Amino acid sequence: MTARVFTDGSRAIVRGALDAGCTFFAGYPITPASPILMMMMRELPARGGVAVQGEDEIASIGMCIGATMAGARAMTATSGPGISLYSENIGLAVMGEVPLVIVDVQRLGPATGGATTVGQGDVQFVRWGTGGGFPIIALAPSTVPECYSLTMRAFDLAERFRVPVFVVTDKELNLTLRSVDAAALEPQPVRARATRTGLEGPPYRYEPPGDVPPLGRFGDEVVRFTGSTHDEEALITKAPATVGALNRHLAAKIDDHRDEIELCTGDRQGGARTLVISYGITAGAVRDAVRDLRSDGIAVSSLVVHSLWPVPETAIAGALDGVERVVVPELNLGQYRREIERLAGGCEVVGVNRVDGELISPALVREAVA
Amino acid sequence: MTSTIVPLGTYRNETPYPFCPGCGHGTILDHLNGALVDLCLDPAQVVIVTDIGCAGLSDQYFATSAFHGLHGRSLTYATGIKLARPELHVIVVMGDGGTGIGGAHFLTAARRNIGLTLLVFNNFNFGMTGGQHSTTTPTGSVTSTTPGGNPERPLDICATAAVNGAAYVYRGTSFDDDLSVRIAEAIVTPGFAVLDIWELCTAYFVPSNKFGKRSLEATQRDMGLATGVIERRSVADYAAAVREGAASVGSGELEQQVEPMFAPGVDRPVRIVVAGSAGGKVQSAVRLAGEAAIACGLHATQRNDYPVTVKTGHSVAELIIGPDPIDYTGIDRPDALVILSTDGLRKAAAYLPRMDPADRVFLAPQVPAVATAATVEVIDPATLGLRVARTDLALTLLVVALERLAAIPAAALEEAARAGPSHTVTNLNAIEQGRRLAGV
Repeated sequence: MTARVFTDGSRAIVRGALDAGCTFFAGYPITPASPILMMMMRELPARGGVAVQGEDEIASIGMCIGATMAGARAMTATSGPGISLYSENIGLAVMGEVPLVIVDVQRLGPATGGATTVGQGDVQFVRWGTGGGFPIIALAPSTVPECYSLTMRAFDLAERFRVPVFVVTDKELNLTLRSVDAAALEPQPVRARATRTGLEGPPYRYEPPGDVPPLGRFGDEVVRFTGSTHDEEALITKAPATVGALNRHLAAKIDDHRDEIELCTGDRQGGARTLVISYGITAGAVRDAVRDLRSDGIAVSSLVVHSLWPVPETAIAGALDGVERVVVPELNLGQYRREIERLAGGCEVVGVNRVDGELISPALVREAVA
Repeated sequence: MTSTIVPLGTYRNETPYPFCPGCGHGTILDHLNGALVDLCLDPAQVVIVTDIGCAGLSDQYFATSAFHGLHGRSLTYATGIKLARPELHVIVVMGDGGTGIGGAHFLTAARRNIGLTLLVFNNFNFGMTGGQHSTTTPTGSVTSTTPGGNPERPLDICATAAVNGAAYVYRGTSFDDDLSVRIAEAIVTPGFAVLDIWELCTAYFVPSNKFGKRSLEATQRDMGLATGVIERRSVADYAAAVREGAASVGSGELEQQVEPMFAPGVDRPVRIVVAGSAGGKVQSAVRLAGEAAIACGLHATQRNDYPVTVKTGHSVAELIIGPDPIDYTGIDRPDALVILSTDGLRKAAAYLPRMDPADRVFLAPQVPAVATAATVEVIDPATLGLRVARTDLALTLLVVALERLAAIPAAALEEAARAGPSHTVTNLNAIEQGRRLAGV
C-alpha cells in the first residue's frame, strides 16, 4: 500500500513548473485557472523566482515575454477568454522565438460562457489563435500525473524550439481532486537554456530552416529582439528572400522535428475494428468504457493524444491500421474530429459531443462503440 | 557575465534616422544618446523597448539591447525585463498612441513605480498610419479621423502619471536644450519616470493645423499645463519590493501525503453526493472524507460544483471512493445523496429519479420531503438533543452516510481532521456529532 496525495491538476501543474525550473510567472485572475496564479504567487518567490499579477491578461503574457528575454523561464495560465487577450502576444512569442509555457484551463465558451463549467472548446483556438497561421505546440494531459509530467515537458519543448508551448487542460482536470500515488508524479528531463558563447553568430538563424540557435539574454550581451519581420540580426526588413526564409524557418523548426514532439498513449486490442481517439478529461471516460467493453467481450482499441499540436499523424495512422470505425468523444462540436477525418481514409469517423457543461460519461462512449 | 564598461562616444549605430524632415523624433533620440553618453552605461545593460509607429523604429539606431514588440504593450515587456533583471536600465520609447491602447499599462506602471524610463514622443497623431487622432490630440484639432475638429479632451499624461505615483514626471518639447539632462535624470531615478515630450509631425499634424514650434508652447500654455520637471518623488524600487515582500511569505504546502492506516471498508466504487449551500463547508467536509478514504488504502475523487458567486447559492461535492483508480469522476447515479439545504435540493433534484431502493438519501431536517425510489432518512440532530452548527452539518451528515454505507469508519475521518492544517477541533466535534447520530 502506497502513500497517496489528494491533489488536482492545478497543483500538479504548479509542481511541474517548479520542478522544471520556472523562474517567472505572471497571470490575471480567471476561473478556473486562478488557483495556479495563487499558488505561484506563494511558491515561486519562496524559491527565488518572481510571480506577479498583471493588470490584465495582455500585460501578464507581455511580462512573461520580456522576462524570458532577460533570462527567465516563464509560465502563464488562463482560460479561454484570457487566451483571446493573449492572442497578439502569442504571435509575438512565435515571431520573436521566445520560449514560454501557456496553460489554458478550458471552460465552457464562447465569451464569458460557463466560468465554472467544463469544456474542450479551445482545441482549434490554441492552434490558430494568433494571426499568421504558424505551427504551435500544444500538449493535453488527461490525468493529474500527466498535468505534472506534460508541464515539465512543455518547458523542455519551449526551450528546445524557442516557442510558446500550450498545456491545454480544463476545469475538471484542474479542480477535481484525485488520489494520486506519491510516486506517480514522474519528473521529466528538462533541458537547460542553451547558453551563447558568442561564436553562434546572430540570435536568429534561418538556414538550415529547422535549426534553433541559442537565445540571447539582455544584460549578458547586446541582444536585439523584434516582432516585425526581421533579418538574422533582428533588424526590420521587407526583403522577400529574408522574410520568406524567416517565415519558413518558423514553420520548419517544428515541422522538421515532429518526432520529438508527438506524443500518444496507444491501447490496441488485436482484432478490434473500432478505435476511440480521445484527449484530456474525456480520455478518463474512454479508459473506463474500454475496460467495460472488453470485459463484455467487445473488442476496441484506444488512442489518447497528448500532443494535440502538431497532430501525431504517424501514431494515428498506425492506430488506424485495420480499423473500420473511429469514435472521437470531445466536449465541443467536433473540433479534433476534423483532424482525424483528414487522416482516416475510408474509415467512418463518429463524434460523441457535449457542450452543455456536463462530462461525457463512459456510458456514452460505450454506446458509440457498441 | 559582466564586462568592463568602456566609455562610448556614442550609443548610436551607423544607421541614419528614417524620419521626415522637421520631425522631432531624431532630435529626441539624439538627446537620449547624449544622456547615455553622460551616464556611461554598458550598452548590453541598456534595453531600449520600443512601441509601434515611427517612434517604434527608434531602437534600430542604437547599439544597445533592444526589444521591439506590439502596439501599446511596450511597458509590459519592459516590466518583465526589469522584474527578471532589476539591474538593467530599461528605457521605453512610445508614441502618444501608446498611452491610449496601452492606457492600463501606463496607469499600472505609475502605480507600481516600476523602475522604467518612459519617453512619450507626443506629436498628437498617428503619423505612420495616416495622421489619425490620438489620446493627446488637442480639442478642435483637425486630423484624418477628426475632419471637423477633435471633439475629445486630450489626455494629460503628466498629471495622470503624477497623481498615480510616478517618481519623476517631466513635460517639455523636442526643442528643449536640456532634454538630455532630463532624460539622464529619469534613467537614474528609482521608480517610474515619464517624459512627455511634445514635438512636430510634419507629415500630418503640422500641415493640417498650421502648427509650428511656437504652437507647442502656446498649446501647453492655453491648456494650462505645467512644464519642466513636474514631479520628483523618492520611492521604493518595485522590482526589489516584489522580491522581498513575496519571499517573506514562504512556501505553503501544495499537497499533503496520506499514509494508509485503516482497513478498506469497500471493495467496489461508492459514489456519494453532498448538496448544500455556499458557505456550508460542503467541499471541505467531502475533502476530509476523501483523505479519510485514502487513509483506508482506497482511491478517491472529489468533483465540486458551485455558481460563480462565493457566499450564495448551491455548493455540491461529488465523492467517489473505491479500491481501484477512478478514471471517470462524474456521478450519474449516486449510492448516497446527502441534502443539506433547499439550495442543495435544487441542484440534487436531478439525481433523485435515477436512484432506486438500494440507494440512500439523507436529508437535513429543514429540507422538504423528496419524491424518489431511494431509501430516505431524515437526520435530525434535535432527536438526540444535539445542536449542529450550519457550517458543521455537512460533515456531521456525511459521517452518518458513510457509517450507514459502511464505507469509511469515523476513526479515519478523525485522523484526517487531526492531520488537516486547520479547523481540527471544529471538525472533530462535527464528526463526534455524526457518530452519535449514526449510533456508533
